[in-house]
Amino acid sequence: MTTIEYTRGDFQSDQEVRWCPGCGDYTILASVQKFMAASGIRRENAVFISGIGCAARFPYYMSTYGMHSIHGRAPAVATGLATARPDLSVWVVGGDGDMMSIGGNHLIHALRRNVNLKILMFNNQIYGLTKGQYSPTSEVGKTTKSSPMGSIDYPFNPMSLALGAEATFVARTLDMDPKHTGEMLEAAYAHKGSAFIEIYQNCNVFNDKAFIALTGKEDRDSNRIYLEHGKPIRFGQDMEKAVVMHNGEATIVDAAAVDETAILIHDQTNMTMAFALSRLSHSPTGPTPLGILRSVEERGTYDDGVNAQLAEAKSKKGEGNIDDLIRSLGTWTVG
Amino acid sequence: MSTTIEDTEPEALDKVIIRFAGDSGDGMQLAGNRFTDASAAFGNDLATFPSFPAEIRAPAGTLPGVSSFQVQIADFDILTAGDEPDVLVAMNPAALKSNLADLRPMGTIVINTEAFEERNLAKAGYTENPLTDGSLNAYKVIEVPMESLTKEAVKDTGVSGRDVLRSKNMFALGLMAWLYSRPLEPTIDWINAKFGKKPEVAEANIATLKAGYNFGFTTEATKNSAVTVKPADFPPGEYTTISGNLSLAWGLIAGAKAAGLPLFYGSYPITPASDILHELSRHKNFGVRTFQAEDEIAAISASVGAAFGGHLAVTGTSGPGLALKSEALSLAMMIELPLIVINVQRGGPSTGLPTKPEQSDLLFAMYGRHGESPLPIVAASSPSDAYEASVEAVRIALKYMTPVILLSDNSVATGSEPWRLPERDSLPDFKVTFATKPNSPDGEFMPYVRDPLTFARQWAVPGTPGLEHRIGGLEKEEVSGNVSYNPANHQLMTDTRAWKVANIANDIPPVAVDDPDGASTLVIGWGSTLPVIKAAVRRVRNSGKPIAHAHLRHLNPFPANLGEVLRSYDKVLIPELNSGQLVRLIRAEYLVDAVGLNKVSALPFKVTEIETKLLEMI
Ligand SMILES: Cc1ncc(C[n+]2csc(CCOP(=O)(O)OP(=O)(O)O)c2C)c(N)n1
Ligand code: SF4
Ligand SMILES: [Mg+2]
Repeated sequence: MTTIEYTRGDFQSDQEVRWCPGCGDYTILASVQKFMAASGIRRENAVFISGIGCAARFPYYMSTYGMHSIHGRAPAVATGLATARPDLSVWVVGGDGDMMSIGGNHLIHALRRNVNLKILMFNNQIYGLTKGQYSPTSEVGKTTKSSPMGSIDYPFNPMSLALGAEATFVARTLDMDPKHTGEMLEAAYAHKGSAFIEIYQNCNVFNDKAFIALTGKEDRDSNRIYLEHGKPIRFGQDMEKAVVMHNGEATIVDAAAVDETAILIHDQTNMTMAFALSRLSHSPTGPTPLGILRSVEERGTYDDGVNAQLAEAKSKKGEGNIDDLIRSLGTWTVG
Repeated sequence: MSTTIEDTEPEALDKVIIRFAGDSGDGMQLAGNRFTDASAAFGNDLATFPSFPAEIRAPAGTLPGVSSFQVQIADFDILTAGDEPDVLVAMNPAALKSNLADLRPMGTIVINTEAFEERNLAKAGYTENPLTDGSLNAYKVIEVPMESLTKEAVKDTGVSGRDVLRSKNMFALGLMAWLYSRPLEPTIDWINAKFGKKPEVAEANIATLKAGYNFGFTTEATKNSAVTVKPADFPPGEYTTISGNLSLAWGLIAGAKAAGLPLFYGSYPITPASDILHELSRHKNFGVRTFQAEDEIAAISASVGAAFGGHLAVTGTSGPGLALKSEALSLAMMIELPLIVINVQRGGPSTGLPTKPEQSDLLFAMYGRHGESPLPIVAASSPSDAYEASVEAVRIALKYMTPVILLSDNSVATGSEPWRLPERDSLPDFKVTFATKPNSPDGEFMPYVRDPLTFARQWAVPGTPGLEHRIGGLEKEEVSGNVSYNPANHQLMTDTRAWKVANIANDIPPVAVDDPDGASTLVIGWGSTLPVIKAAVRRVRNSGKPIAHAHLRHLNPFPANLGEVLRSYDKVLIPELNSGQLVRLIRAEYLVDAVGLNKVSALPFKVTEIETKLLEMI
């Protein structure tokens, strides 16, 4: 197959992008287009499937194949497509409401099945498209149009949820760090199986500055905990903080106060560690892990499994013949 | 063993209706099915009506736990499983109690006497033992101590414990085989094939079967009562016995083959549709992918995804599942992808009567979506017809790039009948061609460019270079398929989608009317009522009255000549197992004064019900 040299522009569709000016979705779109151009994926083999929401407008702006389906169902639509067509690179895009509220069921089942999908959840901790109601990732007490006295709902921790759903690849990044976003996209693409990336995305209209602790000049360096496989987990302006295991929980300490050997070495194949790290923060108002929490390939993908059974059945029974099938229960002849 | 009957030749009857009834653990479905197969092999025409309890483990011996299987065998082309059984096999008091009312006057009851002890009688709600209180005097009762005879029969076979009484259904079957002069060989072959790995179980079953048969011709009560039903006069051809869920599943495989596409079936288990999923999952060597989804919404959504990828996508369910699929079905309609949605109807609403037949989802299929979203509807009218109905649904979906609703129901799905098989190599050919080239002057692919005759859009599948495009639920601009909020465009697209479906009327056969005598009353039906309506029509004609009959396979759009047909009769009767759905559509569409005959009582129509109504109208 000939390789084609793409530029970012080759992945831009002719449709005018209609998000609010300043919306984090623009940055993510640019990161994805840039990644696509560099990835070597042929444009005709990439498919973006989305549900409904601001984030879910995404496929219209990509020059690949795409479907803007219905609210919450994109992981299911994509499961069917990837199972039918394992030759394609299937991407799922949606918001926190789309994926964790109405579509929560499909998300967890796609993850447990390990369908070869790359799932990007743009988490702005709000329902953007419907103009600002609290979402299943909004913090308790949030005042919105539908929660004038503050929301009572306890939010999901998307990383813990994905891990609990047996996801084989779980990562987090943020709109304002395109370089890191690009690295996560690349790792997700390289992963065989379903890959879940939570992307913190600022909705400057209905939930502005929700991630200010991670994006504001003052605090960001002290709050971004970048995880790297095989490296000790240290962070802070001068790497003065570290993560250690204490009573079975991941805990933040002053690096100077502990022995170098006590500092946790990140192992993305260790489920217990991944879960512990996912509990370090429940909402992004303080130190928050970013990067790949878990990546394992010990399990085969669902789509490969389905297609392997087809091949096995054909090799054992031969290509099916309909005339024989309808006679398979025994026949008798009259006349 | 000798199969000659010493005293007399069995008397020949033209038909007989037998019902096996017992506790759900008594193996009555199996006994009924074996009797059916032996009769099919003997050359009888037949029709069956199985009836199961809704709970898998309803308490043993109770009325809700009763399971039954009715079969009618005949020497002519019968159409239904019959109204009133001639013979009832009652394995316990509950089975007797819940089935006796259906038995014809003077009918025969075969009773497993040992089950009629105090506890079982109480569980069935009997205060007196019906075997001794005279309440069965109007019937011919054959009392059989089936349990001790079964124990005796299997004592040398090596089975023990609970396996001993398991084979008592074979005793009942053997006795019936003697009474109705059925050959034992097909059943013995079946037992050997089924229990090949457990020879002692096979031996026990065969021994009990033979014991039942021998009991028939040695016992005073039954000695001279053997009868036979001669083989029926079938049109020449090759036949098999088929149930509707299987033939429907096979029709999908055939349709996919005719289209040259791989088949994708997304489903979530639900009675009575699950057997379609089971059957298709066995045929992976036909390139069939089955996806057992987390719910019906995922099942249809995944099917939409597979359709986008160029597969023949099908999703199957029953009423409650169709409700869940509604939103995604409108999406499939909007993005104009081919999709088959099967609804095996059952008694509703809600969980309703999940194992009983009803035709109460017609209006739901017709109107159960948001927005203006008409879809083609095809209905299967009998177990064997489900094959053709499937193939037709596939043809329409692919030719018109539209979802199609395929209606079946519990009677079609679980009933069985002889099926004259299509000849080898007679599959129709409707090979699909995907778009391969841009279709606009500027070299772009425009997803909503339409075929001038069918108004179908082109199917361009991912992986095709140069045809990258986006589709979705937002209203589409004509031709380009870009999102459009333009009011005139919405009107145009809504009209176009409706017109595309309405136009299918020109591509389906006109409705055929069977009217040899120039009648002035027409009876018209749809779906599983076909056999019973036909039987009623035959009886009316035998009584010397003219009656016209038509049956609809296509419920949306209706055949182009339907209005003309309806208007050429003074009176029109529409029997349906619902509260009047087709009749409502027909009255609204054609302004004819059609009347309904309606029933929602968990049972199919009886022939007499329709016959009586027709005689009253003529
Ligand atoms: C069945 C259905 N219910 C409700 C809606 C309305 N709706 C559209 S998007 C949305 C929430 C979007 O929030 P999120 O998924 O977080 O996406 P965002 O707009 O924030 O990117 C809702 C409730 C719908 N389109 N469909
Ligand atoms: S409402 Fe919020 S999420 Fe939606 S486009 Fe505007 S800024 Fe972005
Ligand atoms: Mg949101």
